[in-house]
Amino acid sequence: MAEPERPRTDRSPWNWLLLVPIVVPLLTFLYNHDEPRLAGFPLFYWLQLAFILLGVGTTTLVYQMTKRNRGRS
Amino acid sequence: MSDHITEIVIFTILFLVVSGMGFVASRWRAPQDMAHLDEWGLGGRSFGGWITWFLVGGDLYTAYTFVAVPALMFGAGAAGFFAVPYTVIIYPLFFLILIRLWSVSHRHGFVTPADFVRTRFDSPTLALVVAITGIMATMPYIALQLIGIEAVLKTMGVTGESALARHLPIIIAFAILAAYTYQSGLRAPALIAFVKDTLIYIVILVAVLWLPYKLGGWNAIFDAADAKFQASPAPNDGILLNANNQVQYITLALGSALALFLYPHSITGVLASRNRGVIKRNMSALPAYSLLLGLIALLGYMAIAAGVKPLPGAKPGTVDSNTVVPILFDQQFPAWFTGVAFAAIGIGALVPAAIMSIAAANLFTRNIYKEYLRKDATHAQEANVAKITSLVVKIGAVACIVFLDPQFSIDLQLIGGVIILQTAPSVVLGLYTRWLHRGALVAGWVAGMALGAWMLWQIPNAATGRKHFGGSAFPLSEFGFDSTRTIYVGFVAVLANALVAVLVTLALRAAKVAEGVDGTVPDDYLADEGDPRIERERAGTVDNISST
Repeated sequence: MAEPERPRTDRSPWNWLLLVPIVVPLLTFLYNHDEPRLAGFPLFYWLQLAFILLGVGTTTLVYQMTKRNRGRS
Repeated sequence: MSDHITEIVIFTILFLVVSGMGFVASRWRAPQDMAHLDEWGLGGRSFGGWITWFLVGGDLYTAYTFVAVPALMFGAGAAGFFAVPYTVIIYPLFFLILIRLWSVSHRHGFVTPADFVRTRFDSPTLALVVAITGIMATMPYIALQLIGIEAVLKTMGVTGESALARHLPIIIAFAILAAYTYQSGLRAPALIAFVKDTLIYIVILVAVLWLPYKLGGWNAIFDAADAKFQASPAPNDGILLNANNQVQYITLALGSALALFLYPHSITGVLASRNRGVIKRNMSALPAYSLLLGLIALLGYMAIAAGVKPLPGAKPGTVDSNTVVPILFDQQFPAWFTGVAFAAIGIGALVPAAIMSIAAANLFTRNIYKEYLRKDATHAQEANVAKITSLVVKIGAVACIVFLDPQFSIDLQLIGGVIILQTAPSVVLGLYTRWLHRGALVAGWVAGMALGAWMLWQIPNAATGRKHFGGSAFPLSEFGFDSTRTIYVGFVAVLANALVAVLVTLALRAAKVAEGVDGTVPDDYLADEGDPRIERERAGTVDNISST
């Protein structure tokens, strides 16, 4: 797809989403508890492991939404 | 020693296979001309998604991490689990930063973060400061990889009476590593990383499925850990955080995350990738290693549940808690599988050690040799100096372990994390703004280094009875706060660094001190593979690209 020459930018409102997986893992009050346990894991452990999925989901979403649709130049 | 003969045989075979791959790697994706730092030191800047994933994954999650994190969980409990939030935060935090660094480095042919700082701030001095910080932070990190191998060798009973006999296997291993890194450059760890990580993933998946079954389930494992920490007199251990160590937990996670991609070896892995898309996709794919690390951390609790007793340390009366995971495997698994697991840890040490020595060599070559010793060095001379430097660096790391107390390397690595953070204002903020003055960045660096060193010096360790360098958790009461909480040293030091940089910038600007000329333009930070400007230069004179 031929695109007219315009100044490139890597700014996007989607990038703000990246703050979510940076801030959430730092909120100890969310996960510093034993109950409820999941498959024997105290909340502290399973919820923090679940934050990995939150991180992956967010970076994937931001990547897809900000991908430049440029043809080979 | 005979009890461990199967383990030793399997360990040795896998080690030799991998060493062979290291030498063959120089012919893998072979360039026309290896005598160029882009080829030896950055693998031709051509790695795609998969290679980058294995390379950077093998680079960031080192053998030492795999041994030390469960050891920390074994000893202190929940506080050791900071490794998980730490490795979650890294990727969203650096998602935008790394692609800018990649783009500007691609267009200007930068090999190191110091190259960037030099051009951006027109200051060889600031670049020197960044380069020296990088080398200082990396050297002990390489030495620590040896501690990872040593923990395994110790468990297999490969020890001797004299210091030399005890260290002989490590010296041989590092000599082989040094030889193939010299020959193949970054291609060697990139190729070996495939084997290392495949082994690690298999070993850990088997361990986390099999061990809980054998030890009575996850409930029983966590309860055993809880019981151990309840019984221990130490105030800050437990399977949950307490009121005192929560600030430490989050500042350590955040500070470590910010530091990780400032380490020269991480940046080397990133700059070796082919384009921006490879980096962005890897920010979503690399967390697979974080999950692995989280599961590995829990091996520390499994060791508690299995009643593992760590081997004695170097000094009488101490224990070497780094041996808990090797011993857990030795006790719970058949010898052949333990051999594979030990090989995974041993090879796991080689990949980062190789990349770190290459990164340190790149820094020396580009920012000290070419800048101060030989300004007109050709590409071939640069590559040659880097190869020799990588040998020197490895000899230095081995010497650290053989001749000095290993504790010294651990202390240095603790300091390394704090000091590498002090390059953040120049490198990270520099990618976004040139507002900070080059002189102010040097002043901020000095302030951050001094404060960080002082704080680390002040921290005692009650468990080992040491007065200084007892950890990275600084008691807020030392600052005069009425509190028993602690905070991560690096975090405070980098805040002080940034504050000084801002204040001195205002002062220098008021005094109209020259700021130098920015060698980059805004569009540089957005360039991608196949960039028309670079293609034009390539078609014209080949040499212009990387001589800045």
